[in-house]
Amino acid sequence: MAEVVGLREAVAGLVDDGDTVALEGFTHLIPFAAAHEIVRQQKKDLTLVRMTPDLVYDQMIGMGTAKGLIFSWGGNPGVGSIHRFRDAVEHGWPHPLKMEEHSHAGMANRYVAGASNLPFAVLRGYVGTDLPKVTSTIAPITCPFTGEELTAVPALNPDVAVIHAQQADRKGNVALWGITGIQKEAALSARRVIVTVEEVVDEFEPHTFGIVLPSVAIDAVAVEPRGAYPSYAHDYYPRDNAFYGAWDPIGRDREKFGEWMEKHVLGVEGFAEHLRSITQQGAMR
Amino acid sequence: MTDGSRRGYTADEMMTVAASRRLADRAVCFVGIGIPSQAANLARLTHAPGSVLIYESGTIGAKPEVLPLSIGDGELAEHADSVVSVPEIFNYWLQAGRVDVGFLGAAQIDRYGNLNTTVVGSYENPKVRLPGAGGAPEIAASAKEVFIVLRQSKRAFVEELAFVTSVGHAEGGDSRGKLGYTGGGPTVVITDLGILQPDPESKELTLVALHPGATVEEAKEATGWDLKVAGDLETTEPPKEAELRVLRDLKERTAAARKEKVG
Repeated sequence: MAEVVGLREAVAGLVDDGDTVALEGFTHLIPFAAAHEIVRQQKKDLTLVRMTPDLVYDQMIGMGTAKGLIFSWGGNPGVGSIHRFRDAVEHGWPHPLKMEEHSHAGMANRYVAGASNLPFAVLRGYVGTDLPKVTSTIAPITCPFTGEELTAVPALNPDVAVIHAQQADRKGNVALWGITGIQKEAALSARRVIVTVEEVVDEFEPHTFGIVLPSVAIDAVAVEPRGAYPSYAHDYYPRDNAFYGAWDPIGRDREKFGEWMEKHVLGVEGFAEHLRSITQQGAMR
Repeated sequence: MTDGSRRGYTADEMMTVAASRRLADRAVCFVGIGIPSQAANLARLTHAPGSVLIYESGTIGAKPEVLPLSIGDGELAEHADSVVSVPEIFNYWLQAGRVDVGFLGAAQIDRYGNLNTTVVGSYENPKVRLPGAGGAPEIAASAKEVFIVLRQSKRAFVEELAFVTSVGHAEGGDSRGKLGYTGGGPTVVITDLGILQPDPESKELTLVALHPGATVEEAKEATGWDLKVAGDLETTEPPKEAELRVLRDLKERTAAARKEKVG
């Protein structure tokens, strides 16, 4: 059952050094507030899992939080590269990153297997690509019924899944809507689950394309308004595309990046102060 | 290429328009971000209003007012027929064979339409680390046919890919057929110079049309292998006024929307 707690307490209690941690959200509802809290608490040696490592993992990788990365697409959507990720892969800075690289379909199916308590998932893919040469968690398998040659990928069962949602109710059930991506599977595949939400409400209203994650599947719910910024929360706030553009020169430069993180992430108490900090100082304009 | 602006449009506009024309009305199209998304939406707003655009974030029948910056923009969900989970879009839609056309870009392509979006240089010690696979390998595997759109240059059209991220016609001939994929692979590559199609037998990409003003020499010069040229080379019909107007409106709306301070 989910307890409604502070984010600091949730991260301190549920994320350990060395854990495999999945922060999910497919462009929408990316849990930035929780990522910053993990960085602030200086968790280390994490194996980070995420289909689309974008700015959120650029920040974590650049801060040395990650020792490994399991992923399928790493970039700043519509802008270009994520340079802290590239620096880690191309130059081993701040330290080398152990990579486990898949496709989206492979990652999605790995989460499904994890959520289903199966050891692996089966799909039609990867054959003829170079991915099986560089990723050991891709293997051929023969269908026992038809003899068809398919591809197997092992289940993902992160120690911790972290997602952001629009609402929780007082019992700790969580509602999200709009593009809900892989969050349900990520949450149900993980041993421990942290959810940050925009707000707590007495009762959910129905929303088109909405899902509700029951409280029993969640360990901690923390209220973090605008906690997905600069990504977006459908019906709450839009994506700040300007931030994504402005991140490029910051992420490109080790020093600028370090100063930015020091000032706006390490040097603040929490996400509300982070938002004030970047707004007041016009840091992203 | 010869200065297209004298003709009243750019080479990129010609490429996008030529790509959009390929998309049949009512086709179910799995759309990659960037130029493929531009071309697919141009098609939807002109000759293919019944096309069903799918983005890998799970939006089906997306009708964005402005071009999305990423595959998961709220704009895509706002007017979609349905929004499903990521496993559902890849398993129930793409892998199940419900997608007619996969519309892809790439960093590098080889003569058989295989694509690289992973690294330049070696995997362990890359010169340039690119974003990686995303949805492309399975789009290339399972869409009934694949359209590829990218600018033609020696850096992009290479003799040998640094990394095969997504399979086109594999090693040519019937080699793709042996991989067990249900999709048919690339049927056309649209560039800023012209249009390439796989030879029916060898599957090697062959130049079949040039855009107005482009020459065979230019196309060969911008290709890292000895480019085959069709005997009956065609000239692409230049962009129609209506096509250009819709494309430019779309891009202007997009630029205006992105400038807005939204944070």
